[in-house]
Amino acid sequence: MYPLIFPLALAGILFSIGVVGFLIRKNAIIVFMSLELMFNAANLVFITFANYFQNVNGQVIVIFIMTTAAAEVAVGLALIVSIFRSRHSISVDDLNKLKG
Amino acid sequence: MESGQYLNLVPWVVFMPVIGLVINLLFGKRFGETFSGVVGSLASGLSFIVSVLVAMGLAAHPEAAIVTLGEWITIGALQVHWAFRVDTLSVVMMLVVSGVGTLIHIYSIGYMHSDVRHNGDPERFTRFFVYLNLFIASMMTLVSADNFLMMFVGWEGVGLCSYLLIGFWFEKGKNGTGNAEAAKKAFITNRIGDFGLLIAMFMIFKYFGSFQFDTVFGQAAQVAQAHPGAMLAITLFMLLGVTGKSAQIPLFVWLPDAMAGPTPVSALIHAATMVTAGVYLVARSSAFYALVPTAQTVVMWIGGLTAFFAATIAIGQYDIKKVLAYSTISQLGFMVAAVGMGATVAGMFHLVTHAFFKGLLFLAAGSVIQGVERGLHHAHGAGELDPQDMRNMGGLRKVMPVTFWVYLIGGLALSGIVPLAGFFSKDEILAAAYHGQPALFILLVISAFMTAFYMGRQLVMVFFGKPRSAAAEGASESPKVMTIPLIILAGLSIIGGVLNLPGVHTLEHWLSHTLGEGEPAEFIWLVAGLSLILALAGLGLGWLVYAGKLSKADAPDPMKSKLGPVFTGMEHKWWVDEFYQTLILNPYKAFSEFMANPVDLGVIDRIGGGLAAGARSASEGLSKIQNGFVRSYALWMLIGLVAIMTYLILK
Repeated sequence: MYPLIFPLALAGILFSIGVVGFLIRKNAIIVFMSLELMFNAANLVFITFANYFQNVNGQVIVIFIMTTAAAEVAVGLALIVSIFRSRHSISVDDLNKLKG
Repeated sequence: MESGQYLNLVPWVVFMPVIGLVINLLFGKRFGETFSGVVGSLASGLSFIVSVLVAMGLAAHPEAAIVTLGEWITIGALQVHWAFRVDTLSVVMMLVVSGVGTLIHIYSIGYMHSDVRHNGDPERFTRFFVYLNLFIASMMTLVSADNFLMMFVGWEGVGLCSYLLIGFWFEKGKNGTGNAEAAKKAFITNRIGDFGLLIAMFMIFKYFGSFQFDTVFGQAAQVAQAHPGAMLAITLFMLLGVTGKSAQIPLFVWLPDAMAGPTPVSALIHAATMVTAGVYLVARSSAFYALVPTAQTVVMWIGGLTAFFAATIAIGQYDIKKVLAYSTISQLGFMVAAVGMGATVAGMFHLVTHAFFKGLLFLAAGSVIQGVERGLHHAHGAGELDPQDMRNMGGLRKVMPVTFWVYLIGGLALSGIVPLAGFFSKDEILAAAYHGQPALFILLVISAFMTAFYMGRQLVMVFFGKPRSAAAEGASESPKVMTIPLIILAGLSIIGGVLNLPGVHTLEHWLSHTLGEGEPAEFIWLVAGLSLILALAGLGLGWLVYAGKLSKADAPDPMKSKLGPVFTGMEHKWWVDEFYQTLILNPYKAFSEFMANPVDLGVIDRIGGGLAAGARSASEGLSKIQNGFVRSYALWMLIGLVAIMTYLILK
């Protein structure tokens, strides 16, 4: 068995990359991929602890998250496509019409 | 029907006028003047018939009966029923209100017929009768109530009717607002009195736990023993209500101004009935006052001083109705003094006879005014002439014989000439004062003398001598519909004394079922003789001073040279209005101004405005955060998440 810290550190790194990518990139596709990174970091933590505690609940949650993420990707990409059609750009900084 | 059953009819004394006013409200305009007048008079007349039936029932069973219509208010321990009380005291008031009221209704058919035309709005005829019926209904509620709360409903109802009727020609009067101002003054002055009555009622509820008359008065002795201070406060606050409604010092100022209303209103509300509500209240609460000698003394002196003070002002007035108004205040002072001395029967007796002769005098004055108005109309180019100013009259005896005779009877009854009604009732009050209150006795005797004097003055100025204006010359007698009620009232003013003749004491025995056995007032020859001599002397002096001395309308009053500055004071009502204006109203206005401008606008509004501006700038600052950049939102989410996690981990 490998120590618990390895997969958790990996998850932490993945999540951080996702956060930084989400915050600094303008391209909506990249932002989207960063989001997926964060999802999967969470998934990894679930799996790790499911294995550690020998509890199947964590694995079930992961299946749910993957399903939701797949659906969300489908909707999200559709949104990005239609935004691109109307604004000829997928830079998230151009999408600033809704402000106070 | 067995006569005891009649007592159950008592709610109809209120229902009848209500039905009348509803009919007039719905159909009055459509069917015209005669219809409105007849419906109004009939409603009041039926109310009178019901009162008579109730009185007959009561004569057979003199114990008080309570007729409950239903539950009215139930809050916790407080239970108030809408219940009518039939006892000898309330029935006397019912008979006076509906009896005199009916005569005044009939008179009003004739009076208002020409009044609405004189004032140029015949449409308002029906409204007048609606108001009059509303007044009768309210007054009946007041006198027939079985608890303080229901009585207060009537008390406020008559105040409202008084307001509506004083301001009947609300767009007329001085500067186009004079009548409205007078109505407002009456209402607000009464409100000060009502404040006192309300406080008294609150305290009654606190110490007695009930508003019902029997319950409250039954406990009066115990409460007076346990809380003497509270009883004193209750009676004095109640007295404030009395001074408002019955126009006593210091709240009498509204009654002279109330003469702005049509004359039948002055007769009905401001002479015969409503203003006596205060006397009725003290008579009803005599169980309280008997226990608090201090309050009795205060009531007595307020009445006595008012009687004297108002009589002095009446001498200096020129307006025919103003003289009668101050006379009313003065006579109400007599009644209040009587009930204050504990001579409740004498006070009630004077209340009844005063309703007859003062109602008569006012109605006759209305007849005089309209006679002069007709003369004015006849004479055309007489210019702006006040048809109520006695200086413009004179010699009306010949052109208005019926009015003259009834006025003379009313005047003599008011002055206290034997054997007219006023002699017996006033004498009873004087006799009561003679017994225990020598100082008050002297004050009242002087007032009685002045009463006779100003009545003599008025009779001479109005009816004798030569006409002092074209209007007076062309004046003519009023129609029968007005003179017949006058004649009936004159008859009542003559024979009213039989109600409580010395030695017989009908009213005394009648009222003793409610007020308890008292000692029947003694007839004192000395007092009776003195008051009669003074009355004759007053009338004679009035004749001597005024007869033949007034030749022109603008001639100075003969009293002016004799009394000098004193008469000027009487003429100007002793500057009471001005005094109130400077001492109370102006400081109050300045205070209101201060509260409105520096305090409200400067402080309170600034607090509100400041809070609003602060919230606005805060939200403007916060709205900068929502800048439209998704990534900055994400950053804030991250910061928030980290903050929450940090807190959860570190706590």
